[in-house]
Amino acid sequence: MIVYLNGKAYEASPGETVLQVALRNHLYIPHLCFHEKTGKAAKCRACVVEVEGMPGLKTSCNQPVTEGMKVTTNSKQVLDAQRLVVDLALSSGRHDCLACEQNGNCELQDAAYYLGITKPSFQLYDDNYEIDDSSEFIVVDRSKCISCGRCIVGCNHTVVNEVLNYGNRGYETKIVFDTDLPMGSSTCVQCGECVQLCPVGCIIDKRTIGAGRTWELDKVETVCPYCGVGCKLEVHIDRTQDKIIRITGVEDSPTNNGMLCVKGRYGFDFVNSEERLTSPMIKENGKFREASWEEAIALVASKFTSIKDEFGSDSIVGLASAKVTNEENFAFQKFIRKEVGTNNVDHCARL
Amino acid sequence: MKFYRSHILIGIDDASLAAGVKEIEAILRSELQKNNLSEEINILETGTLGLFGTGVSLMVYPEQTAYVNLQKSDIAEIVEEHFLKGRPVHRLILDNTLVRKYDFNYKRRIVLNNSGVIDPENIDEYLGTGGYEAWEKALTSMQPEAVLQEVKASGLRGRGGAGFPAGLKWSFTAPIKAEQKYVVVNADEGEPGTFKDRLIMEGDPHKLLEGVMLCAYAIGASEGYIYIRGEYKLCISRLEKAIEQARDYGILGKNIFGSGFDLDIFIKIGAGAYVCGEETALIESMEGNRGTPRSKPPFPGVAGAWQMPTVVNNVETLANVPAIITNGAAWFAEHGVEGCTGTKVYTIMGDVRLPGLCEVDMGTTLRTIIQQYAGGMKEGKAFKAALVGGAAGVFLNDQRLDVKMDYNSLKEYAAVLGSGAILVMSHSADMVDMLWSVLRFFRHESCGKCIPCAKGTQLLYKLIDGIRKGKGKESDLDEMIRISNGMLKSSFCALGQSPCMPINSAITNFREDFLARIK
Repeated sequence: MIVYLNGKAYEASPGETVLQVALRNHLYIPHLCFHEKTGKAAKCRACVVEVEGMPGLKTSCNQPVTEGMKVTTNSKQVLDAQRLVVDLALSSGRHDCLACEQNGNCELQDAAYYLGITKPSFQLYDDNYEIDDSSEFIVVDRSKCISCGRCIVGCNHTVVNEVLNYGNRGYETKIVFDTDLPMGSSTCVQCGECVQLCPVGCIIDKRTIGAGRTWELDKVETVCPYCGVGCKLEVHIDRTQDKIIRITGVEDSPTNNGMLCVKGRYGFDFVNSEERLTSPMIKENGKFREASWEEAIALVASKFTSIKDEFGSDSIVGLASAKVTNEENFAFQKFIRKEVGTNNVDHCARL
Repeated sequence: MKFYRSHILIGIDDASLAAGVKEIEAILRSELQKNNLSEEINILETGTLGLFGTGVSLMVYPEQTAYVNLQKSDIAEIVEEHFLKGRPVHRLILDNTLVRKYDFNYKRRIVLNNSGVIDPENIDEYLGTGGYEAWEKALTSMQPEAVLQEVKASGLRGRGGAGFPAGLKWSFTAPIKAEQKYVVVNADEGEPGTFKDRLIMEGDPHKLLEGVMLCAYAIGASEGYIYIRGEYKLCISRLEKAIEQARDYGILGKNIFGSGFDLDIFIKIGAGAYVCGEETALIESMEGNRGTPRSKPPFPGVAGAWQMPTVVNNVETLANVPAIITNGAAWFAEHGVEGCTGTKVYTIMGDVRLPGLCEVDMGTTLRTIIQQYAGGMKEGKAFKAALVGGAAGVFLNDQRLDVKMDYNSLKEYAAVLGSGAILVMSHSADMVDMLWSVLRFFRHESCGKCIPCAKGTQLLYKLIDGIRKGKGKESDLDEMIRISNGMLKSSFCALGQSPCMPINSAITNFREDFLARIK
């Protein structure tokens, strides 16, 4: 079907919303609570537009398109309403961009830029605020929260950890962990889904504060090395130091849909660790020495053969790793049964 | 039936309970006993008599004498003088200084016709006034479609505030095929100054149940829920009793009157949030979730409680339905004005001589309501303003006294009938304080779901608080109007869209009050 945005015709399919059509065609409409994964909440109200034939303004994030629909996203009425919403969001928090981790990657900043808001018109926030840094990997600065609710939907419906929710009401509404516990004392498993979904600088990675700005980092897509699920991740690298700064999930990956676990997201210290092994080691006379893969494998094979010959096949047991893929596990048990000749094969996670 | 010379009606409602009505009733009984009058004088407990700020009140029939502000020490005198010697005790009679008698308007009442007359805790008294006749008529001789058409033809509009035609609302849900449909009564009366629903439920709980039954039949629902404010303890206990009695009489339950129609009604107690008067937030709360509004569409009529088709109606709306079915749509439409039929229950407070309730035809002017039903202004006070429709209402000045009180006429003045609360103010009231109080209320009751309302109500409160403390600027007034109008356009639900009405009307009509605080 055809819909008209600001007088220009665009192709759209049934079931799409006005915002989706606009964004797909690089027509920006400010939006803070909408995310493809958490769905249309229509609660930030920044995405209001005019739709011909409909009274008042409509939120474009949950307005389904219809054939021939005429939408205006840039009239004075629309921009004034959008400006009020974004101004109120800016006025009610400590949105100081200078040293904010999300600077350049902030949806509130994008909206303010688009609407030409240089500074908030009011000051509504209270200077007495506390930053929750009780958690090992995540910091929560509620003075930057705009109550978009994406972290809550993500925690409850995407990763289904059911830790985050709303507390209080009205202006005092805030995100809470369990029964308003510090994040570190709550049942949070630090999967970081909330960090990934937060449109502003409220929930951020703790260890990378001040470590690099988003435009300075190279982004490389790769697969998580930890387990066989194969989550797709994006590694943010500081090339000047050859160092990984942070890791995020790739949203359009069919494997993990942007989700990661605490290991995949935060367990990357080993990469630059001095203690990391980079080649096989063979112990001789009580001391390790570096060896080639060929030499190491040949040594293991000869040892296996001699044990098998001397004590029989059942003297050997194979334990596979949870980190490897199904295919690798299959090959491993085949090797133990066929080549070693024993059924003593199991998996490391069987306790 | 036993014959009594006189009937004493004792209004039992939350206010009179707090004033110690039960103790006074016991003294009255023992005094009558002492004077051997127990066989001649009957004491009846009933709902509110429609008087407020009058402590413990009695109404004596047939002479219709209202005694107010009674103390324990007054009882012996009343019994001896009035009931033994036949001389009313003038010093205790309501309004004995007024020439005009207090106008209870019983003849034109529809929803409160039994309130203050029958014993609300006794189903037989309700049946005695023709109660459940409409229910029987509908189940035994009418198709659901006919009930719906009758309500549609009556022109009954929702009494919760928005004035949406009730029959039209039902007609969206009736044709939908679903395994379950619900009728939900919005009894979460939270608009400041409004207590009409409490009076209906306290005074005549069976009438509400009958309304629920008729609605359920019309739309094909087999379960009804009454979502009621937790503070309404007396309503809850009277409704529970009424439901129990209706079940015992076979008026509720399976295969009612052999018609094959099943219906049961349950009570859900709210936890005190204004926003839960918004129908989708009410449904969320009823389901056990945080009370915040849902996106519409889908409307509750299509996917409401537990995603099933649900009709949500106000208490007063449903309480009108039995009379419509019994007497017909044409009879109902004789009340009120074109496009806005029936009566409306108002709760009148403030600087009037007789604060309380009245039920009058739609379209009655504000002046008539104040003069005739509220006894006029208090002595020595002149009318300055009336806040009509509760916090989400408008401040009307004296030039609007002759405005007709109905949905259409008020709209012309950008005003709303709302829930029917009328707060009358004299010149001793300052509009800055009034608006401050209203905006503090909105700030407290915003649910926090959307940015314009959560942050906007806080900002509006800060601005008016600054003006009240003498720190405001004249430009703050224009800012308040700009912000509240912006909230009207962008807020998620009616709560955030409401502050613009009191703000615009207060600042436009009473700007000098604000300027006095600024300079």
